Amino acid sequence: MDMKTIYLLIPLAPLFGALVAGLFGWAISRRVAHTVTIAGVAVACGLSLYTLNYLLHGGASYNEPVYNWLTINGVDFNVGFLVDKLTAMMMCVVTFVSLMVHIYTIGYMAEDPGYNRFFSYISLFTFSMLMLVMSNNFVQLFFGWEAVGLVSYLLIGFWFKRPTATFANLKAFLVNRVGDFGFLLGIGLVLGHFGSLDYAAVFAKAPELKDATITIFAGHPWSLLSLTCILLFVGAMGKSAQFPLHVWLPDSMEGPTPISALIHAATMVTAGIFMVTRMSPLFELSDTALNFILVIGSITALFMGFLGIIQDDIKRVVAYSTLSQLGYMTVALGVSAYSVAVFHLMTHAFFKALLFLGAGSVIMGMHHDQNIRNMGGLRKYMPITWITSLIGSLALIGTPFFSGFYSKDSIIDAVSTSHLPGAHFAYFAVVAGVFVTAFYSFRMYFLVFHGQSRWMEAKPHHAHADAHHAPAAHGAHAGDDHAAHGDDHEEHHGLGPNDKPHESPWVVTLPLILLAIPSALIGFFAIQPMLFGDFFKGVIFVNNEAHPAMEELAHEFGGAAEMGLHAFAGLPVWLALAGVVLSYVFYILKPELPKAVGKFFSSIGVTKLLENKYYMDFLYINVFAAAGRALGTVLWKVGDALLIDGLVVNGAARLVQFFSFVVRRVQTGYIYHYAFAMILGALVMITLWIGIPLYGAMH
Amino acid sequence: MTGNLLSLAIWVPIAAGLIVLATGSDKNAPMARVLAVIGALLGFAVTIPLYTGFDHYSSGMQFVELKPWIETFSINYSLGVDGLSVWFVILNSFTTLMVVIAGWTVIQKRVAQYMAAFLVMSGLINGAFVAQDAILFYVFFEAMLIPMYLIIGIWGGPRRVYASIKFFLYTFLGSLLTLVSFIYLYFQANGSFAIADFARLPLGMTAQGLLLIAFFFAFGVKVPMWPVHTWLPDAHVEAPTGGSMVLAAITLKLGAYGFLRFALPIVPDACRQYAWVFILFSLIAVVYVGMVALVQTDMKKLVAYSSISHMGFVTLGFFMFTGNGNLNQFAVEGALVQMISHGFVSAAMFFCIGVMYDRVHSRKIADYGGVVNKMPIFASFMMLFAMANSGLPATSGFVGEFFVVLGAVQVNFWYAFFAGTTLIFGAAYTLWMYKRVIFGEVANHHVEELKDVNKRELLVLVILAITVLGMGLYPKPFTDLMHFSVNDLIWHVAQTKLPQ
Repeated sequence: MDMKTIYLLIPLAPLFGALVAGLFGWAISRRVAHTVTIAGVAVACGLSLYTLNYLLHGGASYNEPVYNWLTINGVDFNVGFLVDKLTAMMMCVVTFVSLMVHIYTIGYMAEDPGYNRFFSYISLFTFSMLMLVMSNNFVQLFFGWEAVGLVSYLLIGFWFKRPTATFANLKAFLVNRVGDFGFLLGIGLVLGHFGSLDYAAVFAKAPELKDATITIFAGHPWSLLSLTCILLFVGAMGKSAQFPLHVWLPDSMEGPTPISALIHAATMVTAGIFMVTRMSPLFELSDTALNFILVIGSITALFMGFLGIIQDDIKRVVAYSTLSQLGYMTVALGVSAYSVAVFHLMTHAFFKALLFLGAGSVIMGMHHDQNIRNMGGLRKYMPITWITSLIGSLALIGTPFFSGFYSKDSIIDAVSTSHLPGAHFAYFAVVAGVFVTAFYSFRMYFLVFHGQSRWMEAKPHHAHADAHHAPAAHGAHAGDDHAAHGDDHEEHHGLGPNDKPHESPWVVTLPLILLAIPSALIGFFAIQPMLFGDFFKGVIFVNNEAHPAMEELAHEFGGAAEMGLHAFAGLPVWLALAGVVLSYVFYILKPELPKAVGKFFSSIGVTKLLENKYYMDFLYINVFAAAGRALGTVLWKVGDALLIDGLVVNGAARLVQFFSFVVRRVQTGYIYHYAFAMILGALVMITLWIGIPLYGAMH
Repeated sequence: MTGNLLSLAIWVPIAAGLIVLATGSDKNAPMARVLAVIGALLGFAVTIPLYTGFDHYSSGMQFVELKPWIETFSINYSLGVDGLSVWFVILNSFTTLMVVIAGWTVIQKRVAQYMAAFLVMSGLINGAFVAQDAILFYVFFEAMLIPMYLIIGIWGGPRRVYASIKFFLYTFLGSLLTLVSFIYLYFQANGSFAIADFARLPLGMTAQGLLLIAFFFAFGVKVPMWPVHTWLPDAHVEAPTGGSMVLAAITLKLGAYGFLRFALPIVPDACRQYAWVFILFSLIAVVYVGMVALVQTDMKKLVAYSSISHMGFVTLGFFMFTGNGNLNQFAVEGALVQMISHGFVSAAMFFCIGVMYDRVHSRKIADYGGVVNKMPIFASFMMLFAMANSGLPATSGFVGEFFVVLGAVQVNFWYAFFAGTTLIFGAAYTLWMYKRVIFGEVANHHVEELKDVNKRELLVLVILAITVLGMGLYPKPFTDLMHFSVNDLIWHVAQTKLPQ
């Protein structure tokens, strides 16, 4: 097989699975549906690994069109693949996590009536994501970009009977569309000024346009590249849930847990990070854009972490942690440490998918109760889930030698070397973020796996009803998966006082184990080649003179083992430890302490601010969306109905009505419409046969 | 055979329509249906060679036919297609076939007349698209309205009289002005009604300006452009499903086509001068009408407003001149693609609403909820069309809007900015409606009793889905036919016609 066939097979194999499970889902058994989709993704995963191996051993990068989508004005718009090491790495991450999630789904969705449909969607997602990362041009990138958005929409609303789910998926789609709006304008500027939408041609021409300007407001020429890059990044802000377009991601937890792991943690939400990395030859030319990225990333990294502290829903804790970690990646992009951003993207994909799938396993054990306040002591009942979740949490908080440590510490180091105006704030944000991350991660860990088994305590029946969902947008549905059982009763979820949670079946625990291994180890092995070797040589472009972060990091780097040991001389590790210890004190040693501290924060208004998520949802729903509807109503009732119809049209209509009234009297038996048809016909004929000769006679 | 393909495209459906009409009363309805579908199939079949035999590398008229008609005034039966019009002949015949299948069992009264009206209208519309003589065009353009009035008037809803009057009023003014313009041009052209001769005339700015006003009322109403758009929601609401499908898919395109065939080539200097008015109206259509669509409570009205908004992209694409006075090729071809795509997507959306209306007899969004529980197959298809209506890549709805926006960026960033808001508004009104109608728990006993689509409905949905996806994944066959004609148009419009 030549490489082109392989590259074609990689996205098409999951697409085939998706089509079989989707179009023939009604006719085939569950076993056939999951076998065919898993086989498709397994083929893609195997070939992706083969591709990575091929490229690592000196294989050539690939950049060819597959077919001509269309040609306008002499510009070709092709569907085509660019497969270099960045692509290959993304392909491996996407297909591996996807494969794990496919297997996991067999267990997780076992009782769901939409089983085949679910497999079809996640395979379709895998196809879309592969098209996104393998693209060699902006059009296909945009296709993949919106296609993953579509599948995300379908999956968040998978349980379409729930108002909260259909609210969340519409919200996700629309917020993403706001980002895509910027992205589209950015693509428009690229075509307009670079004359092509192929990456290679655009990147080659970028240096020429370094000083080009564009006038948007008369008299204020702006840097073309800065505007283009910022607009492209607005797209990334939507997809990668950066402040202020982050609001859709927490709500996306309405979807089944496997897709939270695959789409809303490991892969789709990192598309923005990937895109900026891919566009490094453009972004490197604009410090304005990089600084913008840096500030947005810092805000996201720190402030979304705070929200993780007050969540009681196990999935929402992980969701806010995802937002915060995406902020870290964005910060790395801002300081031109693209390879570090992608490195963190990779480690995060493994440990965050692991944490989500672990959370899903816990949710199954808890009979679909998601409130961590009802859990506790689960380590005795779910040992595999416990150990793997611990590994994921340790990786997340940056424990030395775990994968997350290498990527997160590198980000912090890279920020410390940056000279951009926003770098000081960014440094504060990412360092403080370490403490926050450790605190909320281990708060969750302790509340779930250690301490008292709180479901055994007497509690009101709906004790888990979500106080944290306080804003009116959310209904009373806290439980994740009650609809999974195909009925509409909420009563059954949660454990009774005498129930005991069970460890999940092997299809659930096997992916946990397989994800735990890279979560622990991959940082140690990958940091040297990915950050300081020539893995990304010729793929990522960095202007080392202006943005020396990577050079300085390389200068300090003395091997993975040394880095791990050296960490204890730095601040972040101790901050992480402090976060863990504090959460241990709060939630194991002195469980009454959080209440007292909470009272203090309530008294100064912080709790309310956090519970309302900084009022961002309020702003969007009650200000922007409401204003849009109000304006629409005004334009309709006043503009269309009152002015255009009322004054102009009906005024004229009254004349005609009178005319037709006369006609009707003359031709009784006919109804209006015949009359009109006749009038019209007569007029045409009269003007034709009398008018023309008249004019002709006159000349 | 190839010598008179265009005549066949016009007269085969009309003849079929007359034959169907001859079956008479509803006791022969089964035969009327069979004859109608055969007629529609034949009508569609004769347009296929227009695609297969089309010379991609010619910008001129093809499949030309020329016979004298009224020799006194040198009015000719002159037909021809180029890259600007060929797709609309095919699209029209295709849509007629869909409409005949869609109305198969839904229409129970006056079946023969219903089918005949659509077949006759199909031939007349083809005539308008291929006529190369202004009077011939005018006759087809006006005659086409008669079956449409009948369709709305006889098979329409309760307020059909109001809708008909409104429809009539709007089109009437434009019709008269067009006729006057044609007669004026006839004398300027020394006694020729050939559209090609009109396009060669030198004309002063005043004359061009007045002619442009006439064209605006003739074609802008049809498109419809803001602010002459308010007839469309009413007409759609009252029209039966088939009427809405043809109205949205084809007759609106005739208005846009009029700008391409008459306004731009005949009065290019006035177009350049007053392009800003058209751009302004188009952007208002995209933004204002998009917002109005958001708050509609009637599904058909919502899709009607959505049509106006989408057609705003077409007129925007046609009137964007760059700094050096040239039209932008991305925008013009984008607009043409948008016209074709909107034909598929709007027909599909109106068909979907029709499917629900046939079962529940309501178009109110509030009367639905949870339809997916009872009609999962239908809901899947409607999801696809809703996404196409929101301009999702890989559907046809994306291609046109994408290139109009890309073209707009090159002309003026702000045009692109306002046009681009459709990404948000388009998704908002379409998917919000979808959510309220399709998702959720079963809302009431009407929804509880719903049955999923039957085989005939499925056939229409599948065919439309294939076209929507096919055009999104591989638009090249569509655009390849246009290049030379669009190039020629751009070249032509760039020349000044003001007397030197």
